[in-house]
Amino acid sequence: MTKTVTLNGEPRDIEPGATLADLIATIAEQPQALATAVNGEFVPRDARAQVQLNEGDAVFTFQPITGG
Amino acid sequence: MALKIAGVELESRLFLGTARYPSPAVLQQAIAASGAQVVTVGLKRQLAAGGTPNDLKLIRDSGTRVLPNTAGCYTAREAINIAKMARELYETKWIKLEVLGDEYTLQPDPFETLAAARELVNDGFEVFPYCTDDLVLCQRLLDAGCRILMPWGAPIGSGQGIINPTALRTLRARLPGVPLVVDAGIGSPKDAVQAMELGFDAVLLNTAVAQADDPVGMARAFKLAVEAGRLGYESGIMAKQDMAVPSTPVTGRPFLL
Repeated sequence: MTKTVTLNGEPRDIEPGATLADLIATIAEQPQALATAVNGEFVPRDARAQVQLNEGDAVFTFQPITGG
Repeated sequence: MALKIAGVELESRLFLGTARYPSPAVLQQAIAASGAQVVTVGLKRQLAAGGTPNDLKLIRDSGTRVLPNTAGCYTAREAINIAKMARELYETKWIKLEVLGDEYTLQPDPFETLAAARELVNDGFEVFPYCTDDLVLCQRLLDAGCRILMPWGAPIGSGQGIINPTALRTLRARLPGVPLVVDAGIGSPKDAVQAMELGFDAVLLNTAVAQADDPVGMARAFKLAVEAGRLGYESGIMAKQDMAVPSTPVTGRPFLL
């Protein structure tokens, strides 16, 4: 049975047992060009494959931008 | 005399923000014209997955050192997580710590800033805290392990210049030897001169250049202003006098004995 998480605020269905790395792979051609957080906590790039997503998890991705 | 910040020697005492420029090309030219060796950058939550925008590539190619910021954060927890993401994406342990307390004034939340600074320093970051000009807060940030302080001149983007030179003068006097950078509110080159003449070690500005009619010209103006202000400070500015002191050494009045 699929689970539903949110990705940058939008609902997203994921397969059971899907990890953060699995989810990122479906949305990004360059997974190394973004940073990830789950439920407000940073998840390092090399830990994404160990983070299993649960129902209702809030996943956020961040990218570099210009800034002051 | 070169500036040493966080173990790095810098020739330029002008740090430049990279936001709000009319185009990537103008940003690139402004960075070059400013002579800045440190530029600030940020992170934003994605609306859709994407690659690295062109702006970032040109920043990387500019040969400057990036100082990522935690803009948009209102709590220590947010800032700490943004900082960790910035460290991973930008491959630097430098972080401009910006934790805001009010969405209109964009002033730093001193309590959240201090809490975040402690944790980030313990996690190996080189923290550049954007702070108010409160001496006690500044001292606490140093106690927490910050090696540099970045007190505001005026609210971010306001261009008001240095609203409280007395407070900045106090910081300089009470914190000798601490690298101090005026960050926020600089509006025109005279503000940068004022900051440098107060003995501050550098200035960080963004809007004053990005939103000028000619950002590239303004970047050069600020480069000169920072150099002039620093040279003036190092040369020992004359003491102010209450009354006039004649310059020309005449003897008395010309036609009266």
